[in-house]
Amino acid sequence: MTINKTVLAASAAVALSAALVAGPAAAWEPKKPVDFVIMAGKGGGADKMARLLQSVIDKYDLSSKPFVPVNKPGGSGAEALVHLNKTKGLAKDHTIMVTLNSFYTTPMRQPNLKVDPLTFTPIARMAEDTFCLWVHKDSGVKTVDEYVAAVKAKGDGGWLMGGTGKASEDNLLTNFLNRTYDLKIKYIPFKGGGGVAKALAGGNVHSSVNNPSEALGFYEAGTVLPIACFTPERIGLFPDAPTFKELGNDYSYFMQRSVVGAPGMSAEAAKWYQNLFQTVFTSDEWIDYRKKKALQGEYLTGKGLQEYWKVENDRHMKMLKEIGEI
Amino acid sequence: METLGHLMDGFGVALSWFNFLMVIVGVTLGLFIGAMPGLGSVNGVAILLPMIVQVPATSGIIFLGAIYYGAMYGGAISSIMLGIPGASTAVATTFDGRPMARKGLADQALVAAASASFVGGTISVVLFTMFAPPLAAVALKFGPPEEFALMLLAFATFIGLGGDDIPKTFFSIAIGLVLSAVGLDIVSGEPRLTFFDISGFLHGVNFLVLAIGIYGIGEILWTLETSGGKVEMSQATVSVKRILASLKKLIGSIWTMLMGSFLGFFVGILPAAGATPGSLMAYGLAKSLDKNPETFGEGNIKGVAAPEAANNAASTGSMLPMLTLGIPGSPTTAILLGGMVIWGLEPGPRLFETEPQFVWGLIASLYIANFFSLVVNIAFIPAFISVLKTPFTILAPIIFILCVVGGYAPTQDMHDVWLMFLFGVVGYLMRKLDYPMAPAVLAIVLGPLAETSMRQSLLMSSGSPAIFFNRPIAAAITVIAIILLALPLIKFFKNKRTS
Repeated sequence: MTINKTVLAASAAVALSAALVAGPAAAWEPKKPVDFVIMAGKGGGADKMARLLQSVIDKYDLSSKPFVPVNKPGGSGAEALVHLNKTKGLAKDHTIMVTLNSFYTTPMRQPNLKVDPLTFTPIARMAEDTFCLWVHKDSGVKTVDEYVAAVKAKGDGGWLMGGTGKASEDNLLTNFLNRTYDLKIKYIPFKGGGGVAKALAGGNVHSSVNNPSEALGFYEAGTVLPIACFTPERIGLFPDAPTFKELGNDYSYFMQRSVVGAPGMSAEAAKWYQNLFQTVFTSDEWIDYRKKKALQGEYLTGKGLQEYWKVENDRHMKMLKEIGEI
Repeated sequence: METLGHLMDGFGVALSWFNFLMVIVGVTLGLFIGAMPGLGSVNGVAILLPMIVQVPATSGIIFLGAIYYGAMYGGAISSIMLGIPGASTAVATTFDGRPMARKGLADQALVAAASASFVGGTISVVLFTMFAPPLAAVALKFGPPEEFALMLLAFATFIGLGGDDIPKTFFSIAIGLVLSAVGLDIVSGEPRLTFFDISGFLHGVNFLVLAIGIYGIGEILWTLETSGGKVEMSQATVSVKRILASLKKLIGSIWTMLMGSFLGFFVGILPAAGATPGSLMAYGLAKSLDKNPETFGEGNIKGVAAPEAANNAASTGSMLPMLTLGIPGSPTTAILLGGMVIWGLEPGPRLFETEPQFVWGLIASLYIANFFSLVVNIAFIPAFISVLKTPFTILAPIIFILCVVGGYAPTQDMHDVWLMFLFGVVGYLMRKLDYPMAPAVLAIVLGPLAETSMRQSLLMSSGSPAIFFNRPIAAAITVIAIILLALPLIKFFKNKRTS
């Protein structure tokens, strides 16, 4: 932990001295194309979001230099985290990343990466994605009580839950269900939330904990339905699905959809990106996207975002320990 | 008849002057994007997406669809002319396309590729038009056991390659499988085989790095050796008469093209597969069904026709799950889906009802894109042929640079360029020792799909392999695969005993 403190102290010192030297001089602007790293593969949720952000930046001409998306999905985001951690010189101010909750979990599970997410530069939390528990319409299950009964009727490991990879958000939520309701649901990892949605709609798994955006198409077609959501309040799109809180288990879980900068980014550059994403946040395109995807979570930046990371980081540490991953 | 009405409306949309222009510009651009090693339709579409979202959704998707299509045609060009696959989907085209060009039949190979692409594209877009909803239901039922059965079938077709030495084929497949395992274990989420903790291995070994290494770098080394420094230019001429003669010759491959088209289409509609596996499987099947399988790899025109028909058919096929299920059938459609989200469309089971203009406009544009890709492609053949007249001393550095660009582009990591050189040297040595290289390429493409689906299936069944036999679709495919695997093995051991 002393290393982290030193890094923090050092980066704070650097930021301070940079601020003193630069003073209130002319606003910072990118000097070369911005490396816009995506911590996931092409076509996934993070990728779609990054490309939407890029199109908004383009459309309103918010940057004199282009944002160039680069997908680095390797090792559950490990590759992307290491890439940001290793930036040097000019690249430090020109490398930002779209991130998810693997931002916390990947460094915990792969300590040899020597990445501390809390050292990354907080730029913007653009939204928090929500989760619901989904079943196929043909299962006849409509409530959590019926769900629990149906899972138990299948016997140990007979009920299949599709999710997006081991120790992912979906896995943590499955663990919550198993623990809270004393169930033995078997977790099957798929590649990407879309694949999970398809597996549920095709009857290859019995339930999923998809994001609303991933299951929305099949929900509108009447193939799948949400029986409860992991949010503090009901989601507008699904007024009939109660929250777990209402059902007596005060449990909510979100996935951050944030933009972070490389560790040690200069304060001026950070300020510039923060302003830019604040503008994007209030654009019609982003507001519309948030509404369609049932995204929640207010805009967070700077200190506020860092505080949020601290809380979430501790929480994920605890959750991973519970499932024996670390 | 209702479908026909929708399609006519779709043509009304696609033939508006602006959309029509989009198609023509799109296919021409796509042709070059496909022909440029390392660019390919995935990157081409990803790069253009943020710009194109400024135009209305229907015109935009028509443009991107046309690029996707054009790139499928274009990928074959550098495979044939330079021996470097222009895009992942054109790897199988290298196997026989390049030998044809070496024999001075480059024009014939190009005509075959373009015509087969046209056949594949047309058949699949007709299938798409007529059977989209029921096919979507089939794709939906396809779970991990069915996917694994299909992968098994693909490997079986490659083992069952008559003339090749079976132990050597196995060895080549094993190398491909090991390389495909590098990176992330998708089921446990742990990194694995990241040699020396080099972070470049975390994203795995991109199979284009392997393919470009073996075929591009390997080709240069091979040419240098066989020519002993004095490289003679490939004999290449082109004339209308020769093109017509090529077309005539192609009639003999009509069944191969039909097989490739149907196979490609069905593989394309299955989420997660896409055009690359489709074209490799079509190549394998064409070879094992042929009377003279040993002529494959030596410049058999069917070895060009099969994968090219299949990759175009698959690219249309992969739009089906994209539009009907909201799930990409290939990496490029994954990006297109992203575009649809930016346009504010909700791809999924209800898209056909809520946005008929968009869906049918796109489908109609595919007919047009397909036709114009053929025309543009044939028109450019003389220009492509002239590339071959370039002296090797000039061509070799160009190929070398294209290889480096192609190896670097997918991941933008120098690590992959070094790896590509290594594969080039190793591939060259293996070729000298008479190891078939195509099975290694197949294995690295299909390895991750096969592994994931097998492990998912076994998780579902608590470890019992019976799951591959007690689901009807999976059972049928598994049995066929086992028979295909067993036949050449029996033959091989029989031959061994008698000799």
